[in-house]
Amino acid sequence: MADGATSTISLRGSVDLVQEFFEYAINSILYQRGIYPPEEFRRVAKYGLSMMVASDDGLQTYLKKILAQLKTWLEEGDVQRLVVVVVTGVETNETLERWTFAVNACDTENAAPSTAGDIKAITKQIQAIIRQITASVTFLPLLDEACAFDLLVYTRKTAAVPGAWEDSDPKYIADSQEVKLRSFTTSVHSVEAAVAYKDHDA
Amino acid sequence: MSAMKALRDKNADLADLEKILNPTDVKSSVMPRWQRKALQRSDSSTSNDRFIPTRSAIDFDQAGHVMSSSENSSSSEGESDESKEARQVHADRLKAGLLDAESRVLAYKQKAPAPKAGYVNSLKVLYTAHGSQQVRKAKSTRHIPSAPSRVLDAPDLLDDYYLNLTSWGANNCVAVALGPTVYVWNAGTGAITELLTLDEGDDYVCSVSWLPGETGAGHLAVGTSAGSTELWDVAASRALRRMDGHAARVSCLAWNGHCLSSAGRDATIVHHDVRIRDHATGSCVGHQQEICGLSWSPDGTTLASGANDNCVMLWSAAQTGVRSQAPAHSLTDHTAAVKALAWSPHDRHVLASGGGTADRCIKLWNASTGINLNSVDTGSQVCALAWNPREKELLSGHGYAENQLSLWKYPAMARVKDLKGHTGRVLALCTSPDGSTVLSAGADETLRFWDCFGTAPAKKGKSRAAALSKGVVCIR
Repeated sequence: MADGATSTISLRGSVDLVQEFFEYAINSILYQRGIYPPEEFRRVAKYGLSMMVASDDGLQTYLKKILAQLKTWLEEGDVQRLVVVVVTGVETNETLERWTFAVNACDTENAAPSTAGDIKAITKQIQAIIRQITASVTFLPLLDEACAFDLLVYTRKTAAVPGAWEDSDPKYIADSQEVKLRSFTTSVHSVEAAVAYKDHDA
Repeated sequence: MSAMKALRDKNADLADLEKILNPTDVKSSVMPRWQRKALQRSDSSTSNDRFIPTRSAIDFDQAGHVMSSSENSSSSEGESDESKEARQVHADRLKAGLLDAESRVLAYKQKAPAPKAGYVNSLKVLYTAHGSQQVRKAKSTRHIPSAPSRVLDAPDLLDDYYLNLTSWGANNCVAVALGPTVYVWNAGTGAITELLTLDEGDDYVCSVSWLPGETGAGHLAVGTSAGSTELWDVAASRALRRMDGHAARVSCLAWNGHCLSSAGRDATIVHHDVRIRDHATGSCVGHQQEICGLSWSPDGTTLASGANDNCVMLWSAAQTGVRSQAPAHSLTDHTAAVKALAWSPHDRHVLASGGGTADRCIKLWNASTGINLNSVDTGSQVCALAWNPREKELLSGHGYAENQLSLWKYPAMARVKDLKGHTGRVLALCTSPDGSTVLSAGADETLRFWDCFGTAPAKKGKSRAAALSKGVVCIR
């Protein structure tokens, strides 16, 4: 079945794509929402866009560790969604924003063999999501206090959990508004993005 | 005919249908009286001669049913209990947060490093130039050189916000006051002449201003720290007359034809008619503190003055002959001293004013009504303003932190370009007589020349005229 091994997107290739997307999406959110000072980011060309990526060592290593673990889970097919939570300071810990990336594993058996053109299409889809993240600043409420972020990973019950990870509450937002963002699909995974934020009018 | 019959049949059918559907005939015996009445009323509403609000919108059947079923309310309460429970369960499930019960929510034990202490997120990412390209910018249709075309040294140029130390006259000469001395630099030839030096103690020159227009070219007004205003013939290098009238230094000067207006630390504006013996023809009293900006409108009808009391006042030319105490308008929107004042050469009555360190705004006014047209926060002290005589553009000179010149598109006030180079704040801006070059005097003791207003179309016209005349010569 896998006759065109070079041109089809295998599970491994798809995992790489999804993981890379997560890395840039998280960095974009941190930059666009001003969680960290803009000086701590550097410009990188990616997906045909100029993206801001954290240049701070501490933050970089933190993200790397998480993304590495995420990759293992993705390969096992354990990840159901990744959530970036923006919370107020350590004391109050109120959730203000919740960026959800739902991962769905497509049926690998029935997946049509994809070609190099698909990579282009996927890049376009990812571009659209990143653009939406950038544009979301216009409708999201201002974060006018010092904020922190956290990453939550929804996995299957059967997933192997290393000691550095713990169960967490989902950190929902009390009165929230949700805006669905675009999605992208590799032949193996489909990722749907959405952002929920605290609705101050409610 | 057949069509008519069909219509009649249809009407008969409709009447039958109505009879079947109409509940009054069927239920009238069991209906309460009030309901019957209400129904009758609603039925008769069509043929009534009185105005009756639309009761057809009210669902009396529903209301009646609710009232009649109120006796078996106990059972409905039981139902609501059940539904409450169901809701609770549903809420619990939602709280568990899982659409499919087979997932776990995991978080990394070690949390992300906190942002730098003292960092306040005000989403500056969006709104500042730092680290992002998202600042609102206007496209320029021409090339604007970002470096000065010429730099001159101006040693001992006083770094004083309140003084006006440069002027570029119609004779293409630049007058610059350096300490007690006034130098004249000929922009055409590059020749420098020392015009005058104040020799009394530590007096210094506070303001210079060329008499505008070709006819009076070569006459320079000089204001001094001693409070006197002098008129000099530069070509002959001699003082023509000395005019008093101020109790303190004269920090700004403005010409309107033969009338010279001077103002300064004593917060009064004095109008001098330089042709007559009793030169002081009138004065304007209104400001509370030192006046540092003074400018006549191009049509000569209005004088704008800006002072350290954060006020911009507009004075009518009709009152130059009297001692005026009432300005036509007093504009109090600025929150810092106003030095930069510039009248639009394009639109009548449009005045641009710029505030000091605490204000940082450029404001545009309709001078005939005193209405604020626009206001932009530039992010830096505005020391000087100059209009592009050809394009609808405004150039502003700024202080800390960039010491830049900013070119703005009028009336949108979108930033076209920043010209950087000065290492001290830009104290003054002067436009060349041909309108293509701007001189900026910086606190870093340099004068920089910028060709930012585009090449003069006058040149083109001249060359065309020259070509034409040549053609004429050829023909003849």
